[in-house]
Amino acid sequence: MSGNGTCAGHYAGMAAGIVQQALAAGATDAECTIGEGDEFSANVRMREVETLKEAGSRGAGLRILRGRHTGSAYTSDLSDEGLRHMVRSAIELADITTEDPHAGLPDAADLGSIPGDLGMYCGDVEGLATEVKIDMARRAEDASLRADARIANSEGASFDTHVGRHAFANSRGFAGEYRASYCSLSTVPVARAGESMERDYWSTTARGFTGLESPEDVGRIAAGRAVRRLGARKVETQKVPVVFEPRTARTLLDNIFDAVHGGAVYRNESFLAGKLGERVASEKLTVIDDGTIPGLFGTSPFDDEGVPTRRTVVIENGVLRSYLLNTYTARKLGLRSTGNASRGLAGNAGVGNGNLYIERGGARPEQLITGIRDGFYVTELIGFGVNIVTGDYSRGAVGLWIRNGELAFPVSEVTIAGTLQGMLMNLEAVGGDLEFRGSMAAPTLVVAEMTVGGL
Amino acid sequence: MQFSESFFPQRFGITPRDLEKYLAEALSQGGAYADLYFEYLSTSSIGIDESIVKSASQGVSLGVGVRVIAGERTGYAYSDDLSPEKIRKAARVAACIAAGPATVEKVSLSEVGRRNLYPVLTAPTDTTFAERVELVKRADHAARAFDSRIFQVQASYADNLRQVLVATSDGVLSWDRQPMTRLNVAALARENGGTPQRGHAGGGGRVDLGFFLNEKTPEHFAAEAAREAIVMLHAVDAPAGEMTVVLGPGWPGILLHEAVGHGLEADFNRKGVSAFSGRIGQQVASPLCTVVDDGTIANRRGSLNVDDEGHPTGRNVLIENGILRGYLQDKLSSRLTGATETGSGRRESYAHIPMPRMTNTFMLAGESDPQEIIRSVPKGLYCPDFGGGQVDITSGNFVFSAAESYLIEDGRVTRPVRNATLIGNGPEALKYVSMVGNDLKLDEGIGVCGKEGQSVPVGVGIPTIKIDRMTVGGTA
Repeated sequence: MSGNGTCAGHYAGMAAGIVQQALAAGATDAECTIGEGDEFSANVRMREVETLKEAGSRGAGLRILRGRHTGSAYTSDLSDEGLRHMVRSAIELADITTEDPHAGLPDAADLGSIPGDLGMYCGDVEGLATEVKIDMARRAEDASLRADARIANSEGASFDTHVGRHAFANSRGFAGEYRASYCSLSTVPVARAGESMERDYWSTTARGFTGLESPEDVGRIAAGRAVRRLGARKVETQKVPVVFEPRTARTLLDNIFDAVHGGAVYRNESFLAGKLGERVASEKLTVIDDGTIPGLFGTSPFDDEGVPTRRTVVIENGVLRSYLLNTYTARKLGLRSTGNASRGLAGNAGVGNGNLYIERGGARPEQLITGIRDGFYVTELIGFGVNIVTGDYSRGAVGLWIRNGELAFPVSEVTIAGTLQGMLMNLEAVGGDLEFRGSMAAPTLVVAEMTVGGL
Repeated sequence: MQFSESFFPQRFGITPRDLEKYLAEALSQGGAYADLYFEYLSTSSIGIDESIVKSASQGVSLGVGVRVIAGERTGYAYSDDLSPEKIRKAARVAACIAAGPATVEKVSLSEVGRRNLYPVLTAPTDTTFAERVELVKRADHAARAFDSRIFQVQASYADNLRQVLVATSDGVLSWDRQPMTRLNVAALARENGGTPQRGHAGGGGRVDLGFFLNEKTPEHFAAEAAREAIVMLHAVDAPAGEMTVVLGPGWPGILLHEAVGHGLEADFNRKGVSAFSGRIGQQVASPLCTVVDDGTIANRRGSLNVDDEGHPTGRNVLIENGILRGYLQDKLSSRLTGATETGSGRRESYAHIPMPRMTNTFMLAGESDPQEIIRSVPKGLYCPDFGGGQVDITSGNFVFSAAESYLIEDGRVTRPVRNATLIGNGPEALKYVSMVGNDLKLDEGIGVCGKEGQSVPVGVGIPTIKIDRMTVGGTA
């Protein structure tokens, strides 16, 4: 139907048919999402198979408008009767919602799809033999158990795959469908020395089987991470430089995402609301959201409203350049959608990220630590102590103490605290070690000062 | 009610003979145990934002999960199509976890005794939307009316009705109708163009709509959310370091959920990866502490007539006068360790494998007057409300984040402080409990517990308690 190279497959046709049914039943506009997928998971623990799980599922979601009133419904029953019921359910709900002047589908001119192969699907995932998948998990766990005598136990290793199709159609003429595949391997070794017991993990993910790192590397890295936590202790409460390794630096993107989320911005519940064009971070920080990079995990040809994904500079050398928006939040703010609509089957579209990342700096990670006399190298964060409204930040942290430029001893049961505003402004250095292991990625980051809460 | 009158036989024509055949198929490759979990879930939700009812959604999902256990191995498959051929296909896939001739000769199902902890006649899901939409409108109105400094309000109402049927190869045939509802309110306050502050409140349970009309009204939750946002307008920086912490009654019971609850789930202990592994009979808390997990409290969010493996839930003592008494068991762990099942096997849906989980976890009341507890603290932190928490069960380190807290100075609650995370170590933290109040309160019904990617509703509760030493993660 719509051009721009979007393939119209079986489910896109089905979604378009459901949109037509909704219009016939009294909707003035409608959009329909259909998802279908097969999942497989193998878990191995202490070298024995622990679980095998395999199944496929499907579902459809419909959002309709009657004028400026919205209603939505979903179902896992794709029979004719199941779909008719879903249409009736959505129409019924438009009667109880309030007229909302900003509600509606994207303008037809904004709809479309990125042409070409985005590398979201690799054929090598679907045909993988069960034995091969079990063997991957077994090899990763085995490597972790062999890596160090202190690895005496394990929570196991798992190999997971997902292959699915996603289709979307709306009453402005858009219909599109794409396939995606995914596989991942992870292992969680448990290290022990005396009374001290610690676990850590490592994982590798890829669109295709051949893109995975070797199971032996995954196991060895996971073991090294668990062992280096043994004997962790608390430190005195103090203010020091904090270094976030890439895995914890990535979590700052969760916080930045929440703060530039169009919904939080129009409701004024973000510390970055109203700050477009202003300096909000150190000039060393550039944050980009790009849903168009082939092969990555946040990539798709169109967003969940049928708007093409794109590259958006969110923060450029410390200056806030753009929020991340779907059609609704864009209209609320008098802006244009950035192609970041995201939805499950139920409800209205929300906002989601594409590939959200911090641009790499020049330094090697070791160099970033060299100049620090006393500091905290953070390898894991736990808890939910981030308030996006105020920017207040306080989380549980695990890591290694930096003394005289070297990683000296493991630390746990402490907090790190500050404000996101302060952390972004005091970002002192950005490492060159950027790797995409998910849809958000960051290199090593150094924040000049935070409060470590301990003894 | 007889099985034949229950939901799945009525709606899908399922008979005990069908179930026995599916179970036999699941055990055809030599599995030692199999179960089937049928689920039909109807949900609805309504959201208001800027005084506009912007979203309303309803939907249905259904399916069946088939599990086969062979030794320590589990095979699992599911289908979102309840036709006999699709169920049998799922059974055959799950069966392949075992390799050999069938060993279980014949499965014969019998109905288990039934009770009803949530006798909700009309599930909220079956009421008119006109009635339910009023709840969010009232909440929005009341939060705005609370104080002129409230400038944004979001309220959401959600309910669901879950029909489940469990059949197991050891003969259990069990079914349940599980209603659930929840109302949430979030309010933002601002004063003279300063930094906004947020407050929230919410609650519900396995109740009918009358709960929101007569017991906990939208106005109750709205006032609580608005009050919290207003209080925070004048918050000062939170302190950092070790100090005395007093937890208020109710939702702060999340401490127990994180500090001990997860660490006592049998799967972690069977594998020896929990900080509580091998510690039954040891002192893990002060003698003032008795902690139970009770899935049998009427109408509570965390309660269930039967767990998701068809076993009746119970009242399980986890810690008695400071001594660790027991773990939370599911079918697999109790089979492997010989422990008695505790009715703690839960799963998010038919697409998920059950695991040992909590239900309603709380500490029994003590003898202290809450006011006296506050008066006994020269300098510390008082925390009546929290956000979420998390635990690393292996090291035992846990955190939970204060949503509303105050300084205690010279035995009096004084200034509110900004949000801070509290951190401790599970087997150690409760040893510093030096006073337990006589004011046990359960939370209002908002808890969601996540474990290995599965979310289930839970409850918590605690009386006012004093912890002599805990690390507070502020900046001051």
